[in-house]
Amino acid sequence: MSQEVVGHIEDASTARAHVGRSIPRIEDATLLTGRGRYGDDVGVKPGTLYAAVIRSPHAHAHVRGINAQTALALPGVRAVLTGEDIRAWSRPFVVGVKQPMEQWALAMDRVRYVGEPVAVVVAESRYIAEDGADLVAVDYEPLPVAVEIEQALSEDAPVLHDKIGSNIVSERRFSYGDPDKAFAEAAHRVELVAKYPRNSCTPIEGAVVIAEYISPEDGYEVSSNFMGPFSLHTVMALALNVPGTRLRHRGFRDSGGSFGVKQAVFPYAVLMCLASRKAGAPVKWVEDRLEHLTAATTATGRLTRLEAAVDAEGRITALNYDQVDDCGAYLRAPEPASFYRMHGVMTGAYAIPNLKIRNRILLTNKMPTGLVRGFGGPQVYFALERLMQRISIELDIDPLLVYRRNFIQPDAFPYRAAAGGLIDSGNYERLLDKAISVGRLDELYARRETARAEGRLYGIGFSAIVEPSISNMGYVSVVSLPEKRAKSGPKNGGIATATISIDPLGGVTVVVASSPAGQGHRTVCAQVAADVFGLDPKEIVVNVDFDTQKDAWSVAAGNYSSRFAGAVAGAVHLAAQRLKEKLASAAAVHLACAPEEVLFREGRIQVAGDASRSLPFARTAASAHWAPALLPKGMEPPLRETVYWTPEQLSAPDEKDRVNTSAAYSFAFDICAVEVDSDTGKVTIDRYITGHDAGRLLNPALAEGQIRGAFAQGVGAALMEEFQYGSDGSFLSGTFADYLLPTSCEVPDPIIVHQETLSPFTPLGAKGLGEGNNMSTPPCIANAVADALSVKEVMLPLTPSRVMDLIGIDDPPSVRAPTDAPSPVKGGRALTASGEVRLAASQEAVFAVLLDPSALAKVIPGCNELQSTGENQYKADVTVGIGMIKARYAAEVTLSELDPPNSLRLSGAGLSSVGSAKGSGIVKLEPHAGGTLLKYDYEAEVSGKVAAVGGRMLEGAARIVLGQLFEQLGRQASGESPSSARPSLWMRLLRFLRRAK
Amino acid sequence: MKPYAFDYLAAGSAQEAVALLAQLGGDARILAGGQSLMAVLNMRLAQPSALVDISATADLNYVRVESGHLIVGAAATQASVEWRAGLAGEVPLLALAIPSISHFQIRNRGTVCGSVAHADPSAELPLVLTALDGEVVLRNKKSRRSLKAREFFRGMLTTARQPDELVEEVRFPLARPGQRVAFLEFAARHGDFAIASAAAVGHGRLIRLAVGGVADRPIVREWEGLDESVIDDALNEFAWDLQAQDDHHASARFRRHLVRRLGKKAIKAVQAKEA
Amino acid sequence: MSQLKKGQTHKVTLTLNGSVRSGDCEARTLLSDFLRHELGVTGTHVGCEHGVCGACTVQIDGVAQRSCLTLAVQVEGRRVDTVEGLSGPEDGLSGLQAAFRRNHALQCGFCTAGILMSCEDYLRRKPDPSAAEVREMLSGHLCRCTGYTNIVKAVLETAAERRAAVSS
Repeated sequence: MSQEVVGHIEDASTARAHVGRSIPRIEDATLLTGRGRYGDDVGVKPGTLYAAVIRSPHAHAHVRGINAQTALALPGVRAVLTGEDIRAWSRPFVVGVKQPMEQWALAMDRVRYVGEPVAVVVAESRYIAEDGADLVAVDYEPLPVAVEIEQALSEDAPVLHDKIGSNIVSERRFSYGDPDKAFAEAAHRVELVAKYPRNSCTPIEGAVVIAEYISPEDGYEVSSNFMGPFSLHTVMALALNVPGTRLRHRGFRDSGGSFGVKQAVFPYAVLMCLASRKAGAPVKWVEDRLEHLTAATTATGRLTRLEAAVDAEGRITALNYDQVDDCGAYLRAPEPASFYRMHGVMTGAYAIPNLKIRNRILLTNKMPTGLVRGFGGPQVYFALERLMQRISIELDIDPLLVYRRNFIQPDAFPYRAAAGGLIDSGNYERLLDKAISVGRLDELYARRETARAEGRLYGIGFSAIVEPSISNMGYVSVVSLPEKRAKSGPKNGGIATATISIDPLGGVTVVVASSPAGQGHRTVCAQVAADVFGLDPKEIVVNVDFDTQKDAWSVAAGNYSSRFAGAVAGAVHLAAQRLKEKLASAAAVHLACAPEEVLFREGRIQVAGDASRSLPFARTAASAHWAPALLPKGMEPPLRETVYWTPEQLSAPDEKDRVNTSAAYSFAFDICAVEVDSDTGKVTIDRYITGHDAGRLLNPALAEGQIRGAFAQGVGAALMEEFQYGSDGSFLSGTFADYLLPTSCEVPDPIIVHQETLSPFTPLGAKGLGEGNNMSTPPCIANAVADALSVKEVMLPLTPSRVMDLIGIDDPPSVRAPTDAPSPVKGGRALTASGEVRLAASQEAVFAVLLDPSALAKVIPGCNELQSTGENQYKADVTVGIGMIKARYAAEVTLSELDPPNSLRLSGAGLSSVGSAKGSGIVKLEPHAGGTLLKYDYEAEVSGKVAAVGGRMLEGAARIVLGQLFEQLGRQASGESPSSARPSLWMRLLRFLRRAK
Repeated sequence: MKPYAFDYLAAGSAQEAVALLAQLGGDARILAGGQSLMAVLNMRLAQPSALVDISATADLNYVRVESGHLIVGAAATQASVEWRAGLAGEVPLLALAIPSISHFQIRNRGTVCGSVAHADPSAELPLVLTALDGEVVLRNKKSRRSLKAREFFRGMLTTARQPDELVEEVRFPLARPGQRVAFLEFAARHGDFAIASAAAVGHGRLIRLAVGGVADRPIVREWEGLDESVIDDALNEFAWDLQAQDDHHASARFRRHLVRRLGKKAIKAVQAKEA
Repeated sequence: MSQLKKGQTHKVTLTLNGSVRSGDCEARTLLSDFLRHELGVTGTHVGCEHGVCGACTVQIDGVAQRSCLTLAVQVEGRRVDTVEGLSGPEDGLSGLQAAFRRNHALQCGFCTAGILMSCEDYLRRKPDPSAAEVREMLSGHLCRCTGYTNIVKAVLETAAERRAAVSS
């Protein structure tokens, strides 16, 4: 059963004509010439309208009301969809953990993360829809927030879902073998705390949804770049209150990258279906970059405490994981898959018989999480592979020896890991040796020695990972206790489908439900089918734009968990084989031979050993169309075969919570050498070697492409990518100038080393390799930096700032001034301003201005209107700006802590289309040189879009605006009238600057 | 992300541009390269009622050498200066700094005067102009005035330009014989805004160092001779005087550290070798 | 001087990939939207609308620029070139496009059109760039799929081919 063919790429290609060769892609000519058919490129029905989503600027707030009157009056706006409509026409999304928490397609009475959809404006163009969105007034009452993991875990944290009463929505413990005994007997215990940040693979194309409500009977039709898993089709249908057959979901031929991220298109498919129902027309939504970064999806942030029981020689006898996953404001399907996808192989590439796990799912006021390439793997391996380095250091054993002693041995495969993973095949040590030799590790050790002698910071790191592929759809059920699982019935398997058909001219078409987004699935499917039928791949047509109403698919359909090479290509192979067998039977009659003697080669069907007895493939294959009666008795026309393949190793979790979470397991071993600049904290990769064993490589060039792409994303995760939030939950990474992706200047060229240990469990012996470097690269780079700096705690991303903190900055004080201006960064964009203004007026006169609304209106910069709403309380309409950024705020201003004529507190809170701002400051008045010295000490927070985008442009802006306010106050009080009724921002600033200096 | 609606006027000449500014008032904005303004408009962070487009205004599109300066008109792109054949000889500091401005594609449309008018505290062109003690020429309907860089840049994104004024041209002093220049920048990635940058000019014993990205605008300091024994203290004082702030990209301490390190490298590069 | 009022429709005429074309737009219509939805050339893509990702890069009068940061009205009377205008003898692919295909320099293809337009402008100005210079020019384009190395290879190969063709 086990076919161990180990060789270099060059060897594997001799076995087959096309599979194993790096043939150029059939997708490319179309894409290169601008004829791609991505979601926003395809035409829509006349009358299709366009949607803009109104999103919460607050991380946590009650929604008191929505007023869309003004928006609806705008010409071109046709409808506004709100929570009321959602409640009438849909249901909350189902999710794998049963708790009293509800997530609907729009926020209902509460918003729980910045960016949460609150309403949808539908208009004749996206431009007008955005105009309309700005006119919708939403009344929010902010609530306290739970943002950081530690904070959200605490007893007195604000709770997101009242009925649950806690932010921990699931806690599960697992024990395999006898971990307590192993720890008690261990020669050493090594432990580590690891924190993995929120990040995403942010494809360059965002979500695109085109939805149409047909009728109450016929339901909905939607086209989108949703990429699966199609288990979520049921979630969408249930949310829309229709049978799955009345939600027709179609894909586009081309998708601009997904990396798991387009799994999170599903709630928007539902939302736009409902928007279409409201508008009475088809609705198209194209996600923009701000929306995508703020509210599409993210990998879970994970806090892990990991401890290993280690014997004297560095062998791990037990692992103890305590993990907390920050899943955001709602647990959204398919979560908690980020935990459980890896569950069967929490022991990684090592033979560790004892394992203890505690998993807690935590909700926070941040965007909900979902599939992101690597999916659970980066979080696990960042902890585990950092721990391997710690073991090596604390036991003073060479790291490579630690790996060798712990690796699963080649004769142990298929290896049943402690938590149930059945690792199909591998030879880990051989790949390690190959990586070391090809990568010239000896040179790197020499460079490190030289560098250290010269006082430079140079480090080497390693990582070893087992990369699961072809998910067991039952794995998420392990979040429930065994008794509960028994009650709801077992879930397991991972069905891949492929359909092959012959047309009346003998042309071959392959249809798969794989929703590719750039991986070249059509090319590989063509290679696989071409090998079986003896044709050229160019002759095979592959269609990947699936249609749930017409194509063969299963809950496992889609493109995720690297299932293509093993499962989908395997299913294509099996379908092609079946059709070929039938064709062989039919051809054998014409060739007067036995079916087993029939060969398919070079476009012909021939008798083995006698090329003169042959038939052309096309005509023969098509003959069943034209003369089905001539087929052998009892034989169905061999025109179409559909295969549903599921690996038999994917069984449901057993009563001991053991589950084989994936069907095939690749292996990667990485080596990284870095130099760290002690002036700037910049990490430069000197050399990166990545060794991969993914079983049979179907197209080596495409395989290397996957490795390079994942590597680049791993570099990003290691060095620069993180979704940042303020302590008030405001989102700070809303543009590509804030969320940094590596460019061609930041991604070096890795050395790639291959090994092919075939899988005994997949039809072609192939395993997935699309996610390996997302898992292996971040810890490898982290280990290299930790080695360079000789530190224990390393947090991602290793930005220059973080690295400098690790190195330590020598900051000698100034001879003159004692300290720099204090400006702690808290909140959204927290800005402080303090200063003084000398005014030629008495304290009483100045104070009187503050209490006089008409005078105050002239004081507040950009104030268009000020209305008294109570004692010392006002509603103001204020235009505030700095540089070229300007926004109009609806603000509330309050005066309090009045101590006339000495001091008072001035507070304001305002909301605008660009975000919210609030601030509070103490104003003190003192007599000075015949007039008054006004001192102010003010703190402001700015959040929302204006904080999310180009926040750096705002730093200091509040200082200037507040300076303007108090300068103006002074002018008003001293009776100087401004040179015009509403002096320009710049005039006020100039006067302020000359006065204040 | 689509902009709010606005009126659009293409100025056929510099005179027309300033006449329009006078007529339209504070709610109109000049559209030059648009590489900053269009991003702001697309994100609806500003709502000007009108745009006055000077990007195709022929009499504003010039780069020429005159009276000891390289003079760049308001419509001239950064690329037109970057790819200029004699630039390294004319204004070597510009030749060193321009490649750090964002990316090739942005420089192809972004203007020199636009970057100066925008006055981002981390921007390279305001830093170079300040280091060289260059000039900004402002023009409105009635008159022109010329300001030195240090008078022009008032604070973060804030300049001396009045709403009815156009930055008509900027003037970079040409390199003088014996003058040495250096430019160093530290950014998160290639092309990103500077977390800290240093531009130095050395002539004889005179050292002039301008730092960007730390204070709310480029700040210059000059020394007459800087021995090895005093250079660290001088840089330290300068670093503290800049009043660095913490933000999400870098702490104040880190910024001071960069001033010390980058500043020192820049100064050493321009110090004349003593006999 | 042309004056275009907000909310009104204006006609813009330009030379697109060598042919004269006209379309309607508002003053605020972005060139990226105008090309894609009014003129129907959807090969140019939109990835960020703030000028960073580079997917929308086209050539205006031969110069590579972001169409998301340009107004449609600004190309009145100009020459605009997009990916659809690149073509050549090999399967309709230009030498650069063929080099991309040979070197597996694209996966999802969404960022590719912008990169091709940048490269064509750049190679005209700099026929003999180093790998580092190519990487610098490419740093104005974000690609999530390829890890960039194959793109750099394709560009360097094309530059070498073109130099050889010139000298022969």
